Amino acid sequence: MLRPRIIPCLLLHDKGLVKTVKFKEGKYVGDPLNAVKIFNEKAVDELMFLDIDASVEGRGPDFELIKNLAMESNMPICYGGGVKSVEHAKRIISLGAEKVAISSAAVEDISIVSRMAEAVGSQSVVVVIDVKQRGLFNKLEVVTHNAKKSTGLHPVEFAIQCEKAGAGEIVINNVDEDGEMKGYNIKMLKEVRSATTIPMTALGGAGALSDISSVIKEVGNIGVAAGSLFVFKGKYKAVLINYPNKDEKSALLADAGWKL
Amino acid sequence: MIGIIDYGSGNVHAISNIYKKLNIPHVITADSNELEKASHLILPGVGAFDETMRVLNESGLKNFLNEMVLVKEKPIMGICVGMQLLAERSEEGMLAGFGWIKGQVKKFNPSKLTTKPYLPHLGWNTVSMQNNHAVFNNIDQKQGFYFLHSYYFECASKDDVLGITEYGDSFASAVNRQNIFGMQFHPEKSHQNGIELFRNFAKI
Repeated sequence: MLRPRIIPCLLLHDKGLVKTVKFKEGKYVGDPLNAVKIFNEKAVDELMFLDIDASVEGRGPDFELIKNLAMESNMPICYGGGVKSVEHAKRIISLGAEKVAISSAAVEDISIVSRMAEAVGSQSVVVVIDVKQRGLFNKLEVVTHNAKKSTGLHPVEFAIQCEKAGAGEIVINNVDEDGEMKGYNIKMLKEVRSATTIPMTALGGAGALSDISSVIKEVGNIGVAAGSLFVFKGKYKAVLINYPNKDEKSALLADAGWKL
Repeated sequence: MIGIIDYGSGNVHAISNIYKKLNIPHVITADSNELEKASHLILPGVGAFDETMRVLNESGLKNFLNEMVLVKEKPIMGICVGMQLLAERSEEGMLAGFGWIKGQVKKFNPSKLTTKPYLPHLGWNTVSMQNNHAVFNNIDQKQGFYFLHSYYFECASKDDVLGITEYGDSFASAVNRQNIFGMQFHPEKSHQNGIELFRNFAKI
């Protein structure tokens, strides 16, 4: 039976890994290739790499790095950051990544989702939807460029558009919870799940493995991605690349009502 | 020596990296002279059926592989789309497949899936092995393998089904007829299970 995925989401900045809080203050966490080797040992479900500078700096993906990460990794990789064209997507897939993630490119022109899906297959096209609560009534809104730009789009409506356009997966990334380690925004995730049918992944807010089981229990079979949880340890956030072992994973899934 | 067919589709470097760590000689190439010297062949593949088949047709690899596989009987393993190419045809495209294993490739029917998500079939799922084939020695059944696809192989004969996976209904996640093997999942991205599979395949 298909089981929920637990996914470290690693942020790339200046060729190194960093971790942010509310999309600000990146703390250096280590070397990406080294992280891949460690996660290989831990039999991690999937890895997500997001280059947080690329769109803001107006540059494309780091192809050399992608090639090295994909070659070394014994688990599937999703790569995002600065992906703006079908050519980018084709190249990233040909270098060995399983999936390509786009964010601002899909907001700017939703047709790019369809064009990428045609070129590399729907299953390899992921749209990352960054969500923030804004305004007097804390209305949910899709944002881009490290949460610096508003789009006026509602995440549920945008998620539906992405599915219609041929995306293979959507990642709902909660900016407000980023780095806070206080739990996922389950209400929002449930709304998106009701409105869509393609694979979905939650990102933003995990503080403990129990947060992950809660999301799975409440929302269903989704991917659950986390940054801080898998790179920090303890109250003072010491850097330590970690991931639940086999028993911890079984326990986590059992807590979520999932029988392996 | 393992010949990893490099025709522009599929993660050849990840497969090569695994064989490098296993200390098993291998080569990544599309050159038929080199592939002829290989004892085993691996046909990776991602993307669409027609795109992939077209490259094989136009490069002459289709005819070459027909000879290597049907006449010289070299063991060959097709991965993901590479497995689907072993079929006669696919709902996804217009071109004919190799036809080495009778059957056709069809799209999953979402109405058979009771809980979301529906398509693509994405993530870790288990494979129930149908006969004690050595290619599945030392596989951790509970861990399973990583899948990423929307189409599956419908075998004409049950005898060709090597592994079964549940997704809505059950489907053939691995196929085998004599020297010909197909794996729908990605062994090159399935940790230790994939490594064991590649190791076992090299011994066939």
